[in-house]
Amino acid sequence: MRFDRVSGDAPAPAPAPALALAPARVHEAEGRGRRAFALFQAARHPGPLVWILPAHAPEMPMLPGLPPGIGERLHLLRPAGETDLLWCVEEALRAAPVGLVIAEPERPLSLTAGRRLQLAAEAGRTTGLMLIRQGAGSNATQTRWACEPLAHPQADSTLHRWSRIKNKSGTCESWVVNWNGASAAFHLVPEARQRHEPAEPPR
Amino acid sequence: MALADARAICPELATRPADLPREAAALAALRRWAGRYAPMVATDGADGLIADISGVPHLFGGEEDLRADLQARLERAGLAAVSAIAGTRGAAGALARHGGGIVADGALVQGIGHLPVSALRIGHDTAEALARLGLARIADLVHLPRAPLARRFGPGLVLRLDQALGAQPEPVAAEPEPPHFGVRMTLPDPIGLHPDVMAGLARLLDRLCARLALHHRGARRLRLELRRVDSGTVQVEIGLARPMRDPGRIAALFTRGVDEIDAGFGIDALRLTAPLTEPMAPEQTGGGPAARGEDALADLLSSVGNRIGFDRVLRLLPADSLIPERSFLLAPAAYSAPAPMPPSAGPARPVTLFPPEPVSHASGHPPAQFRWRRMRLATLRATGPERIAPEWWFDDPAWRSGLRDYWRIETQQGPRLWLFHTPQSPAWYVHGEFA
Repeated sequence: MRFDRVSGDAPAPAPAPALALAPARVHEAEGRGRRAFALFQAARHPGPLVWILPAHAPEMPMLPGLPPGIGERLHLLRPAGETDLLWCVEEALRAAPVGLVIAEPERPLSLTAGRRLQLAAEAGRTTGLMLIRQGAGSNATQTRWACEPLAHPQADSTLHRWSRIKNKSGTCESWVVNWNGASAAFHLVPEARQRHEPAEPPR
Repeated sequence: MALADARAICPELATRPADLPREAAALAALRRWAGRYAPMVATDGADGLIADISGVPHLFGGEEDLRADLQARLERAGLAAVSAIAGTRGAAGALARHGGGIVADGALVQGIGHLPVSALRIGHDTAEALARLGLARIADLVHLPRAPLARRFGPGLVLRLDQALGAQPEPVAAEPEPPHFGVRMTLPDPIGLHPDVMAGLARLLDRLCARLALHHRGARRLRLELRRVDSGTVQVEIGLARPMRDPGRIAALFTRGVDEIDAGFGIDALRLTAPLTEPMAPEQTGGGPAARGEDALADLLSSVGNRIGFDRVLRLLPADSLIPERSFLLAPAAYSAPAPMPPSAGPARPVTLFPPEPVSHASGHPPAQFRWRRMRLATLRATGPERIAPEWWFDDPAWRSGLRDYWRIETQQGPRLWLFHTPQSPAWYVHGEFA
């Protein structure tokens, strides 16, 4: 099964609703591939993007490598402390025009903080995605994704295993996706909703 | 005189380069002060002021007293100035630059006749040509027929002569005062409650924004000064992510700052100023969802910038460099416009970039096995090399190790890394991570 979306088209309806984030909620992503997952979601959310990362974080999004159309929509906030960071996330979630808020908190989110962010997201009708360390999530999150890059012997295939490991309203599933990060086009390797085990890449 | 000649004559000569903008600013300040003598004051050249004092001197007790008062005040301020009063602008200017004094009414020719012709604001060539003909003083010109004079020296000389003698009018064109964006309010009784201060601020904002709209400007920075009854002053200052003159949206940004101030025994005066304004064309209010979204985004950037600092609210802008660190700029979002990334055909770039981290236990070229961040990684596929040379015109400490050969390394463990090798001081580093 192959879903291709040519970049530059009018925003088409999401071809793979399985990988879509529930709107107006805050989600979490962990694992080594979480930034790729965030960019994949950013490419699928229209409107301004806000990426909040601590001022001392060494890892920065690199503009020439971002999928097309993201660089000019991206606003980077670099608050100095954890309190400021959470304040920025809440403020950005409350702002109606923002399409997606991506944040990289350093410490585990408390239940209070997570709940406040959910309320802010509902108030502003904005989707949020927290890029967390392994196991540093909050129970208030809508879904949690474990994202890992996968190797594949075939050239020009960039596989990711994106597993939903927590879901408040639905099932947990796992997908292997071929998405190279250079365009909005991607390739969903196994058919959705058929396997409960992570699929082996096709050979 | 050339500087070298002057130094030869006087070796101890102290010289400073002329600071023309500051001189102009000082003259503008003096022009404002000179408004106490006349309603119309204009700058006259780079070193003079001209005031139209028609109907004014009797307020100071006559022309002599007015001039004496002016000279005394300037002297007290430490300024050596020469002043002159005459019936026309040209005559006063000429006399002030050649000793100063007062020309009585109706005695213009006698008053300025003894001055050299160069005092008439004519070109150096014309003055020299007149001197060669023996016409050294203004009095020599006054009785000559105008037509041959104009034919020989052009209409400029005759115009200046007529203006000096009053045959041609020459008004004092005072430049308009720059608009002042500041409003104040004093209260009969001190206030201290947050809603009271916000209500006072709302009234001030209405007036300030009306004035901004009149001059087609938008505020970029606003300062609210609150005077307390114990004559202390507290300040709240906000910045705006883009020029703005909407009272309601600006008041929302003040809320946090007003919340934090200490009102003491009460506040009895408020003053609101816009120290920084930018041109802002009139625009239709409530235009479309796109404009509303833009407004809401600017509000978000303003409120975030006021808390964490506008230098931490950034935008990525493309830059023209092959060096990965300099291939994009981090610019403050409040002072830059978004720019799309130009399409590039070169090798792929990673999505995240970090300062180079050395890898250890690298074996082979490109390394078949290496350790990075305490992970043991094995190469599955390597794409490269892409050689990037340092920009020799920048002394970048990160690039002191010389050339770099960049490789895209796909590992069997999953991560797809951007490694580089420095052939001039052999070592391997990780610089970024691909999606």
